[in-house]
Amino acid sequence: MANLEKTASEQNSNISTKKQRSLWQEAWRRFKKNKLAMAGMGFIMFLIVIAIGTIIVDLVTNKSFYDAYVIKLDLRNRLEPPSSAHIFGLDEFGRDMFLRMIWAIRYSLFMGTIAIVISTIVGGVLGAVAGFYGKLTDNVIMRFMDILLAIPSMLLAIAIVAAMGTSITNVLIAIAISYVPTFARTVRASVLTIKDQEFIEAARAVGASDTRIIFKYIIPNSLAPIIVQATLGVAGAILSIAGLSFLGLGIQPPTPEWGAMLSNARTYIRDAWHITVIPGMGIMLTILAINVVGDGLRDALDPRLKS
Amino acid sequence: MYKYILKRLLMMIPVLLGVTFIVFFIMALSPGDPAAMILGDQASAEALEMKREELGLNDPILIRYGNYIIDMLHGDLGVSYKNSLDVWEQVWERFPNTTILAIAGILVALVIGIPTGIISAKKQYTLIDNVAMIVSLIGVAMPNFWFGLLVVIIFSLHLGWLPSQGMGEGLVPLLQSLVLPALTLGTGSAAMITRMTRSSMLEVIRQDYISTARAKGLSERIITYRHMMRNAMIPIITAVGLQFGTLLGGAMLTETVFSWPGLGRLMVDSIKSKDIPLVLGSVIFLAIMFSVVNLIVDIIYAFVDPRIKSEYKKG
Repeated sequence: MANLEKTASEQNSNISTKKQRSLWQEAWRRFKKNKLAMAGMGFIMFLIVIAIGTIIVDLVTNKSFYDAYVIKLDLRNRLEPPSSAHIFGLDEFGRDMFLRMIWAIRYSLFMGTIAIVISTIVGGVLGAVAGFYGKLTDNVIMRFMDILLAIPSMLLAIAIVAAMGTSITNVLIAIAISYVPTFARTVRASVLTIKDQEFIEAARAVGASDTRIIFKYIIPNSLAPIIVQATLGVAGAILSIAGLSFLGLGIQPPTPEWGAMLSNARTYIRDAWHITVIPGMGIMLTILAINVVGDGLRDALDPRLKS
Repeated sequence: MYKYILKRLLMMIPVLLGVTFIVFFIMALSPGDPAAMILGDQASAEALEMKREELGLNDPILIRYGNYIIDMLHGDLGVSYKNSLDVWEQVWERFPNTTILAIAGILVALVIGIPTGIISAKKQYTLIDNVAMIVSLIGVAMPNFWFGLLVVIIFSLHLGWLPSQGMGEGLVPLLQSLVLPALTLGTGSAAMITRMTRSSMLEVIRQDYISTARAKGLSERIITYRHMMRNAMIPIITAVGLQFGTLLGGAMLTETVFSWPGLGRLMVDSIKSKDIPLVLGSVIFLAIMFSVVNLIVDIIYAFVDPRIKSEYKKG
């Protein structure tokens, strides 16, 4: 009899773990069918590989390649249009645009991602605590988030950078903070829908602690909307970084960054089109790719939304 | 109805206090001594200390904030460190220019976004819909300052149709100089609103009451405007309100591209010259502007959605 019960419960747990895994597999299967999203993902992978490549080159050559080609001035050939020798042409200081473009990927892609990871964690914890404990805690946290949301995120980021100065870390912090309220809201909303469901009650009945319930049950179950929000957030963060740098408040020259490159290009807009068009294309294609992946993830993770 | 508006107005007060406090606090964190900035490097320690006392920099932050708010309510935002001009006057002078640009931008967004969204939804999966969706995907992905530079290259430098810099004096030059900045500012939001309108229309388009309306023999026009649009409107208004915040952020970039003499550019310039009172004044003004827009959006809700109105009519 005891044996029977054991096998029954084992079978039960087998079924549930199988189902758990297949939920994500199911999502991945749906995602794979979305050709646009797969193309976007391919493009992002491609950018990541190139960005890592440039970082390795910097490490191996101890930045000598970077100093000799990416930031070195060569004023004789400045503003040379694209040619077979320099496929993206040369910029206003005679630097190879192609090299600068690929060296810049890391600032947009990785900084954008890091900023969003930070705001997902901070916003996620705040939102989860607010949603889980409710009452006064919820009120205090969410009213504070409302106030932050009442400041346009770009404005908030600019104010923070203005106060703390323009360094890569400060830009990162500024953008991370400006996205915290969005994540807090998303997480809180999904925690609120989950926390009254029966399996949470069951977990509480068998004596699980609050921490265990939050980390073991609530977070895994509210992951889908957070993943979607975070993906789309990275696109927004990349735009913010480029915007700040364009205003001269982000990454400073001569460091190659797409927004900063556009800021310089503006001075030479009458003389050369390529130094304006190319960096913007870089930003646009990256954002486009991330957005289609984000949309694809939303459709794949929540089939109800599609219809 | 008045009760609803009154409630919204009252709710705005703590939000505005919070917003101004956060901005004030962030700015107070900035390194560098304002007294040294005003008096220069040569100033003696005593002179610096006196200036600090005069500016109230030795007081605790809450008291400084309280004084700032009281002064602000009396139309005093302090004087600029750099040129000793009154901050309130400088901000007030730039404020209408940003308002004009923002309104023009949101008009561009609405005029392009809503009709395109409706047509896309009504002709789902046709060529028009696909083209509109691809264009709006690109529109959302495009940094607006880059789009601004592109329209300058095309319409100012190549075709020579429109000015690329500054704000024209007089109605016609003003409108001419407004076209490119408004287009730049509005395009991204137009793309966003197109997508929102389409999905919101698609949600109502298959509802039973639409079939009923058709079965009653109502014209397609009336069905679209009276039955679909009114119900699809709420999420669209939300999207427009949210876009206004993005727009105010984008205004700083657009104003920089087109040398438009607005608040955003004033702010960016004052950040570069580390003129804290001016930065603070312009950030607070922009933040208040955004809060007021949110209030207006909330009031529009009540007009569009009779459910909200009736809730407050009873009491």
